[in-house]
Amino acid sequence: MTQDQSATMTLLHKQLLDRFQRGFPLTPTPYQDIANELDCSEQEVLDALAFLREAAVISRIGPVFNHARAGSSTLAAMAVPADELDYVAELVNGYKEVNHNYAREHYYNLWFVVTASDDLHLKRTLNEISDVAGYPILNLPMEKAYHIDLGFKLDWS
Amino acid sequence: MTTTNAHPMSAQQQTALKALIEEGLPLDSRPYATLAQAIGSDENSVILTISRWLSEGLIKRWGIVVKHHSVGYTANAMIVWDVPDAQVDDIGERIKASGLVSLCYRRPRRAPYWNYNLFCMIHGKNREEVTAQIDKLTFELQLQHLSRNVLFSYRQYKQCGGHFLKRDTSVASRPEARLHHG
Repeated sequence: MTQDQSATMTLLHKQLLDRFQRGFPLTPTPYQDIANELDCSEQEVLDALAFLREAAVISRIGPVFNHARAGSSTLAAMAVPADELDYVAELVNGYKEVNHNYAREHYYNLWFVVTASDDLHLKRTLNEISDVAGYPILNLPMEKAYHIDLGFKLDWS
Repeated sequence: MTTTNAHPMSAQQQTALKALIEEGLPLDSRPYATLAQAIGSDENSVILTISRWLSEGLIKRWGIVVKHHSVGYTANAMIVWDVPDAQVDDIGERIKASGLVSLCYRRPRRAPYWNYNLFCMIHGKNREEVTAQIDKLTFELQLQHLSRNVLFSYRQYKQCGGHFLKRDTSVASRPEARLHHG
């Protein structure tokens, strides 16, 4: 499990995380523009972001795609015996179509998101995962989004 | 020839750009120009194309993607409810308005295995904090009468951005080639 990195973060790190999870500048010199806004140098912004990436606090600067519109995706669940869970989870992780994979407290104990270029590719991937893992998959595609991820409000206290 | 004018991007260039930005914006002074160079386009076109994807809703947000675990948000629960079909839109909208959840989706029931149709996600620093949020949500929105289940996560095997690349059959993409923990 990843360590909590909050203690090692500077004010600049926190400002970056608080203010640029959305609305990151779409301008020719985004890091300079951020530096101007936070009253520091472009190099300091670049170094801070490189540090956050190295420390695995951030995964990237980039898009969060709307899966429902960018291709075909679903939430899948499997009920796996506890002593096989790590093994099956690694099998599931091996698919590049899988981008989230969690163990959860339920009879259905392995939950993962599968995204693919189209419906056929998605269906094939689900069938293959189910075959390889040896357990049926509960396929729960999104029907309607009431609230989507718009970044994360961090409480530094 | 000028590099300041935007030129329409081919479908192939757009696909390449999507794949590149999924890997993350480069950390250099002119990152959009770097991306443009990689796909044979120009800086302005790259900026305009990403802006268009944002305004069209293909991209939900453009910015720093935080790994929750690394900043101490190690607890997350998926809360699922069985809501009568006629009420699910109303309750979904009220849950959104509460500001207490990070995600709220409607999904199909799969009777007899799965009877819940409304899904929410709550993140917090610990289990107690998340449980308190769930209680608050249930109380404030008067959801006590609904059948409900709370699925805390206890292990995170993978968390990364979605991939929309075409399926390929190269060795590197095969599951058995990517198992490192054997």
